[in-house]
Amino acid sequence: MLSVLRTIWMTLMHTFRKRETVLYPEEKPYLPPRYRGRIVLTRDPDGAERCVACNLCSVACPVDCISVVKAEDESGRWYPETFRINFSRCIYCGYCEEACPTYAIQLTPDFEMGEFDRQNMVYEKSDLTISGVGKRPGYNFYRVAGMAVGGKDKGEAENEAAPIDVKTLLP
Amino acid sequence: MATIKIDGKQFEVDPTDNLLKVALSKGFDLPYFCWHPELHSVGACRQCAVKQYKNEDDTQGQIVMACMTPASDGGCFSIEDKEASDFRAQVIEWLMINHPHDCPVCEEGGECHLQDMTLMTGHTRRRYRGPKRTHRNQELGPFINHEMNRCIACYRCVRYYRDYADGDDLRVLGSHSNVYFGREADGAFNSEFSGNLVEVCPTGVFTDKTLGAHYNRKWDMQNAPGICTHCSLGCNTSPGSRQGILKRIQNRYHGEINHYFLCDRGRFGAGFVNREDRPRQPLVRADNGVLEPQDMDVMLASLKSVLAEAKGLVGIGSPRASLEDNFALRHLVGADNFHNGMSGPESHASLAALALLQEHAGRLPTLRDVESCDAVFVLGEDVTQFAPRLALSLRQAVRNEHHVLAEAANIPKWHARAVRDEGQHFYSPLFMAVPAATRLDDVATELFHLRPARIAELGFAVAAILDDAAPMPANIDEQTRTHAETIANALKTAKKPLVVAGTSLGSEAVLTAAGNVMRALESVHDDAGLFVTLNEANSLGMAMMSDRDVDHAFEAITSRRADTLIVMQNDLYERAQHGKVDAAIKAAKNLIVLDHSMTATIAKADYVLPAGSFAEADGTLVNNEGRAQRFFQVFIPEAPLQEGWRWCADLNRAIGKPVDWYGMDDLIDAIEAACPQFAGIKTAAPSTSFRKAGMRFPRSPHRYSGRTALYANVDVRERRPEVDVDSALAYSMEGYHGSDQPPALMAYAWAPGWDSNQAAITRFQDEVGGHLKGGDPGTRLLKVDANVPDYAPAEPKLVEGWQAIPRYHIFGSESQSAKAPAIQQRMPRAWFTLNEAGAKALGLAAADTLRLTIDGEIHALPVTIDPSLPDKTIGVPVGAHGLMGVRLPAAVSP
Repeated sequence: MLSVLRTIWMTLMHTFRKRETVLYPEEKPYLPPRYRGRIVLTRDPDGAERCVACNLCSVACPVDCISVVKAEDESGRWYPETFRINFSRCIYCGYCEEACPTYAIQLTPDFEMGEFDRQNMVYEKSDLTISGVGKRPGYNFYRVAGMAVGGKDKGEAENEAAPIDVKTLLP
Repeated sequence: MATIKIDGKQFEVDPTDNLLKVALSKGFDLPYFCWHPELHSVGACRQCAVKQYKNEDDTQGQIVMACMTPASDGGCFSIEDKEASDFRAQVIEWLMINHPHDCPVCEEGGECHLQDMTLMTGHTRRRYRGPKRTHRNQELGPFINHEMNRCIACYRCVRYYRDYADGDDLRVLGSHSNVYFGREADGAFNSEFSGNLVEVCPTGVFTDKTLGAHYNRKWDMQNAPGICTHCSLGCNTSPGSRQGILKRIQNRYHGEINHYFLCDRGRFGAGFVNREDRPRQPLVRADNGVLEPQDMDVMLASLKSVLAEAKGLVGIGSPRASLEDNFALRHLVGADNFHNGMSGPESHASLAALALLQEHAGRLPTLRDVESCDAVFVLGEDVTQFAPRLALSLRQAVRNEHHVLAEAANIPKWHARAVRDEGQHFYSPLFMAVPAATRLDDVATELFHLRPARIAELGFAVAAILDDAAPMPANIDEQTRTHAETIANALKTAKKPLVVAGTSLGSEAVLTAAGNVMRALESVHDDAGLFVTLNEANSLGMAMMSDRDVDHAFEAITSRRADTLIVMQNDLYERAQHGKVDAAIKAAKNLIVLDHSMTATIAKADYVLPAGSFAEADGTLVNNEGRAQRFFQVFIPEAPLQEGWRWCADLNRAIGKPVDWYGMDDLIDAIEAACPQFAGIKTAAPSTSFRKAGMRFPRSPHRYSGRTALYANVDVRERRPEVDVDSALAYSMEGYHGSDQPPALMAYAWAPGWDSNQAAITRFQDEVGGHLKGGDPGTRLLKVDANVPDYAPAEPKLVEGWQAIPRYHIFGSESQSAKAPAIQQRMPRAWFTLNEAGAKALGLAAADTLRLTIDGEIHALPVTIDPSLPDKTIGVPVGAHGLMGVRLPAAVSP
């Protein structure tokens, strides 16, 4: 009997406590930058798209919801001709972000992606690309890679020596 | 047999093998770079280090290189030993010092031996922070891309290109740590086998440029077991596709045919499948004379009335189409109205080749066996241009002398450098009686540049010298006799002599002569072999199916016995003089063409049905040794494009002819029932209902990605997985994958830890470089006939005046690959060739135009001088780059 009264009392007292829930959507909770929400494609510090269409995100994806088609510009730079994410399948695991060697694909704290029509959950490259570097400022894959692309010749990447002269006999 | 111990486990091994090969054969994961099953050991990369112990009590041991250590009896080794594995990790760290940070943008990524090996040794973090060495790349033509930064200097490329394929324009340039693997200047590789560099290179220095143009990773490919359709040898390939686009052709190991290597025509010649100008809808000729797309049902309805009203049907099959497609057409038109689709001379030569093969069915070496023959006599065939992969095998055959010398000097066969040094310039005899210089001349012992009839004469003479019972040609001159004696002696003293002949010259006499040589050899030799090459992928199959050629078909049409011509995957303008074809087409009331590529015949057709190419159909091809091999559909094309035989089945049903083939199994049963000569093609591959552990066999690797996004832009709901009603393969990554899957159903090679094609296959072989587990696929149809016929009379029918002979080219002479963009860039210019005396006699200088009348049709081409040609002989380029439909050899009067 006593315990029942005690329970009722405790429940009553909760009415006067500070509320834990917030009145979403008027009030939004703080989500840390590393929260795994909507996926974006970022750009490198020079403003060019970071994605090199290596397909590692799509192969890491456990639900196979990323499709990338590689293309190459006239300077030899790889880029995605198609970059499609089917968010109606995405489980926001973040494996794609982990797999990405260029920090192009990043998960953001935005989770408000409800749609009435499932077809609208299919995002193409233009829907995914943002104009900033996201969480990784400073990194530019093609500055590190050995391939010559537009604006960067052989030997001009970070930590690269000038190209070898095969005709020299000097040590 | 020797007994050795590896990591405490005991194994029975062949003591003449090296430890690396043995360890890989026994399933150990031991990293390596410079070693290759066909290139053997040089011990350069130091990657396959293991511990060797003196005996079982020895705990100290010493580090040795497995590839340079014989697996001799009582050997005691450890792969897992800490010191050895630390050593291997250190070696790979050195190799990786200058390796660029390129994997995401490298075409090799995902099937890279270097990636596999770094992972296998545990080197997953780079410690080196200093500057990396860089190189400039070269432009290597339409086939191969060069990215020299990625090189780890394992020397595999030059060892393959120079030592195995005898190429001379890939070199190691520069010195010490600056070595550079490339050509002296930009440009395409000279060798016809350069494409193998893509697979031989353990990393991404040499990659497939045709794949790079529409790239995807190995794990995203949908593959199928394929058979190359670009010559008669039937090399096994693994075509890869994605989203209905054929991406590339990769080698598929076959222990008796191509093993690790393909030719460039086979590897880069499949681009025709992706051409925009292919017919993909049924087309009907409208009143204004233009071919217009037609709905499938309407088309079948109108064809129904066309066939019903036809006065008679004439079917022309094709030696480049499968048995199934041809048989389905044969069923539609009736066996008596079916033609094998070859030109008259081609058909006669193919039938002669078939007869020859049947007579010697017990002595037909496989392409792999050719490599162990130690004396070769080639009659008439320019193998590099006509059956390219054979040239690579013959190059190995002449090196048998190296192995003989090495064995005498007690050098193990796998010790590549020592064998080579011991062999030096001593080669096994290779005699070539050919019309002109070939790309194989550099390894030939002696060359005889003769006209077809003289080649036959030489052959008859060799036979007569080998066996007195064989007839000697009349009035043979002294020089021919001397040459014949040289050849006969070499063949007689060899352990395993080989005779190579074929249909390229269109001369039955040459084949008859080869038959006489073979019969004479059999009388003195137990181990003689005969290798016959034919024009196209299914030439032998068509010779077995029908002996009627296109001339019979044209005759039936022009004599008004029939008025409707149905052509299956054939361009008639390749088969006969253009005037004759025009006349036949004009005489025919209706011309119905089923084909996968745009041809001159389609341009004249009244009805066109889009048939599937090798990538869009299943089928059986009979190669030059009579081996029936099945190829499988790589991807399902967009309707209404379908298999040629399915169109024929539809037409059969439309005209009320009963057919009960709904899948490949039914059709193959029907073929075996109707054509007993094809009994056994059913066993070329397991049937549609075959399962392992209740499962089908996957076309794609298990990591196949993007399934729920690939077509999400069209419809977010996933498509129903496609069901294969024609084979036991699945259009999926799901199914049974393992080393015990049937080799005929192995769409791709992959094993845990081994992603690269040439290394992963190791897990599917009975021993490294041997046969596939479960037996190499294919069924040999030719049965040994006890009746040994008599020698043919030696009547070579010598021609006196001017003669035009065919000259082939690897890029151009085969019509399907000639439509591939990459091949088109390598096609040569068309020239009439003749020797200096001939040019002088005709008053021509190089580059002058020669007008030549062949079979009543005038052809004009510029002239070039080829001093190797015999007198009064004009070489005519045949194929897409030259002339089509000319019948050679022919007497001409320039």
